[in-house]
Amino acid sequence: MLTTCLKRIKSTIQFLGTGLMLLPGMVLAEYALNFQAPATEIAREVFELHSLILKIVIVIFIAVFAVMFYSIFAHRKSRGHKAANFHESTTVEVIWTIIPFIILVSMAIPSTATLLKMDNTSGSEMTVKIVGYQWKWQYEYLDHDISFFSTLSTPRAQIENKEKKGENYLLEVDNHLVLPVGKKIRFVLTANDVIHAWWVPQLAIKKDAIPGYINEMWTKIDEPGIYRGQCAELCGKDHGFMPIVVEAVSQEDFNKWVSLQKDKAVSAAADSNKVWTKTALMKQGKKVYEKSCQACHGATGAGVPGAFPAITGSKIATGPVKDHLDMVMNGKAGTAMQAFKGQLSDADLAAVVTFERNGLGNKAGDIIQPSQVKALR
Amino acid sequence: MSEAAHHRPTGLSRWLFTTNHKDIGTMYLIFAFMMAIIGALMSLVIRAELFEPGLQLVDPNFFNQMTTVHALVMVFGFIMPAFVGLANWMIPMMIGAPDMALPRLNNWSFWLLPPAATLLIISLFVPGGGPAAGWTLYPPLSIQGGMGMDFTILTVHMLGISSILGSINIIATILNMRAPGMNLMKMPLFVWTWLITAFLLLASIPVFAGAVTMLLTDRHFGTQFFDAAGGGDPVLFQHIFWFFGHPEVYILVLPAFGVISQVIPTFARKPLFGYSSMVFATAAIAFLSFIVWAHHMYTVGMPMAGELFFMYATMLIAVPTGVKVFNWVATMWQGSMTFETPMLFAIATVFTFTMGGVTGLMLALTPVDFQYHDTYFVVAHFHYVIVGGSVLGLFTAVYYWLPKWTGHMYSEGIGKLHFWLTMIGINLTFFPQHFSGLAGMPRRIPDYALQFAEFNMWSTYGAFLAVFSQLIFFYLVWKTVKGGTKATDQVWEGAEGLEWTVPSPAPYHTFETPPKVS
Repeated sequence: MLTTCLKRIKSTIQFLGTGLMLLPGMVLAEYALNFQAPATEIAREVFELHSLILKIVIVIFIAVFAVMFYSIFAHRKSRGHKAANFHESTTVEVIWTIIPFIILVSMAIPSTATLLKMDNTSGSEMTVKIVGYQWKWQYEYLDHDISFFSTLSTPRAQIENKEKKGENYLLEVDNHLVLPVGKKIRFVLTANDVIHAWWVPQLAIKKDAIPGYINEMWTKIDEPGIYRGQCAELCGKDHGFMPIVVEAVSQEDFNKWVSLQKDKAVSAAADSNKVWTKTALMKQGKKVYEKSCQACHGATGAGVPGAFPAITGSKIATGPVKDHLDMVMNGKAGTAMQAFKGQLSDADLAAVVTFERNGLGNKAGDIIQPSQVKALR
Repeated sequence: MSEAAHHRPTGLSRWLFTTNHKDIGTMYLIFAFMMAIIGALMSLVIRAELFEPGLQLVDPNFFNQMTTVHALVMVFGFIMPAFVGLANWMIPMMIGAPDMALPRLNNWSFWLLPPAATLLIISLFVPGGGPAAGWTLYPPLSIQGGMGMDFTILTVHMLGISSILGSINIIATILNMRAPGMNLMKMPLFVWTWLITAFLLLASIPVFAGAVTMLLTDRHFGTQFFDAAGGGDPVLFQHIFWFFGHPEVYILVLPAFGVISQVIPTFARKPLFGYSSMVFATAAIAFLSFIVWAHHMYTVGMPMAGELFFMYATMLIAVPTGVKVFNWVATMWQGSMTFETPMLFAIATVFTFTMGGVTGLMLALTPVDFQYHDTYFVVAHFHYVIVGGSVLGLFTAVYYWLPKWTGHMYSEGIGKLHFWLTMIGINLTFFPQHFSGLAGMPRRIPDYALQFAEFNMWSTYGAFLAVFSQLIFFYLVWKTVKGGTKATDQVWEGAEGLEWTVPSPAPYHTFETPPKVS
């Protein structure tokens, strides 16, 4: 009895609400107005809940202000309306306390149901650990022994308006988070430095990545495709520049991707065993610098006075190699300077330190080999 | 009369040493207006950078300083002092008291503000720049900042002391200095809302002071309250911050509710509907504001019981808030309304605040909040509440009481021009932000993906319109202070209350002998 009644109210409200929302929708077809298309069962449920609540509040809003604007129109002095003198009515006041309460309960029930579903991470088939860094994400596939970093791949020139902006401006990364479709995937989140938040709108999951905490959430993606998101918690200077790209693929493609990653790991290990020329180190070092260091220390190594130290002419980059390697590998506690030993390979570390000592206006003259880095690990 | 003249020094020392509630009220209001200008200019820096995708004007670090300092200036420098200014001016006159209960303390509460604000503005120019961690100052990010963050912490302390002293003064005044016959349930609603607000301040500001002190010792004295590596807890800060932060929202908006509850009956020529339910609703909102703080933190990973408790408690706030809105509408119903500028602003406040209210209800629902949280939807929501509620409420108050303060009527034509331009400006700024937020634009970013471009452009146009319209307001107030048609004692045909029984402009000392309230 009650449920049919509620259903009827719900469908009436939906009918009214849909009509209201179609109006602006038709005029502004090219504008992004509402949630992105949901890509999971949970995301669809969240979308429906959002639509329902939106319609309810629009209907209430219009009802209340229809009364107010009618009164403004009809009960004005210029139309000769004389003021009544009533100023209380217990019946009316009780009614407009109880009715909102009932509406609230009717919103709370579906919200609670959806929330409980979102919270249930049991029965997951694989786990990915997500670690937030200033300003990139690390993904670790706990079941496959794969780990990599994912950073913004939009060229600097586009951000600085020197080049035309691409279609996925600020929403593109070098390494996608590749996930199989149709599998319940559990994410565990934490952060290395400050608080970040991992959010992909189409999957309707968002959770803070907090240093010292392990948070959990899950998803099960329906269809292969690319799903883009961004960091949602202010995490410093480049908070707006650490997007998320999820690439959902079939199980078969996922398996292929996994074996490809294993091959890559083998060739990276080979790199750290060979002896590099200075030119090769400088070339690779520049690449690594642009990806991992430039955000703070600047393209020319000048840093930002007071906030981020310069590399050009710095004591570290012109002093003993050991101190320089120590700074880059272990970072500096309490600052934005991270420990890069877990993020970069021996070869990349050797290259970037060589680059910092011999590029950016510095002329230390020495070169560092991957084997030296390896020895310090 | 001769004694009154004796107590009235002139020139600079009048303002420096004054203990007169009207002088202090005026200084609060002027200070608040100056801060509003500074905060508004910062918002224009933000909006100009967001005019189109790409980085054009400022670097991301400075952008973050702008969003942070804009919020701190607007909340602590503009809106709170502006309402304290109104309280100073109006509460003694509304309850028939000769002055505030603690006049010297009153002087000190005010004079703490200018050095505090100066410290905050200076922070932008020290090495490393101003605070850039957002006004919420979440660690560990706020641990990273340069000395600008320490300036901010000291600013917060000084402003906090000022607020606490101000609240003590307001409570003491209201509880002890009412005219004979004015019992609590006969007080004007503005006085009621301020009484409750003052208790909110007393209960929440010291908690915030504690939080930023822990931040300070974490930064410089080796403590690790918020550092997970040392056994601390970064989320602890958020709990403490929002235990202050949520009541703070009501600190900003309850006095505006009080103003609206004075103005609507005046221009509807009909008593306020449901006076006692208004008082109880205000008290209920104040109580609930202390048990809903973690709805700002649904994504930190709270246990399910916590998420559910905070969701239900937050939803409950809609009930007393709804009662208030319904009461205002019922006050207008069957009235005999005229629409002078204060009435226009009052109606607009009800309208735009309610818009922020209903999006607040949407945000209360945890599963959908995961999508809204930290997006422009939230930015739109709280600007509708704070600009649409508090700031429009302030304009309502200024237009309503300006003739009483200055003895002159302002120009209705200019007032209405200011009203309409402000309304178009703020709605053009903040309404499109609902859409960008729903479509996925995170807040606090200096640059954004291409699909958000159109609405951001609208927002920027709106912001410039809204801010530059305030030049009209400045001109209007200036002109009214300088001269104009003489205002009557009652000023408005339907106005009732003690403040309308004294001459316009209100003499330097009012109610030296208490009036009788029947």
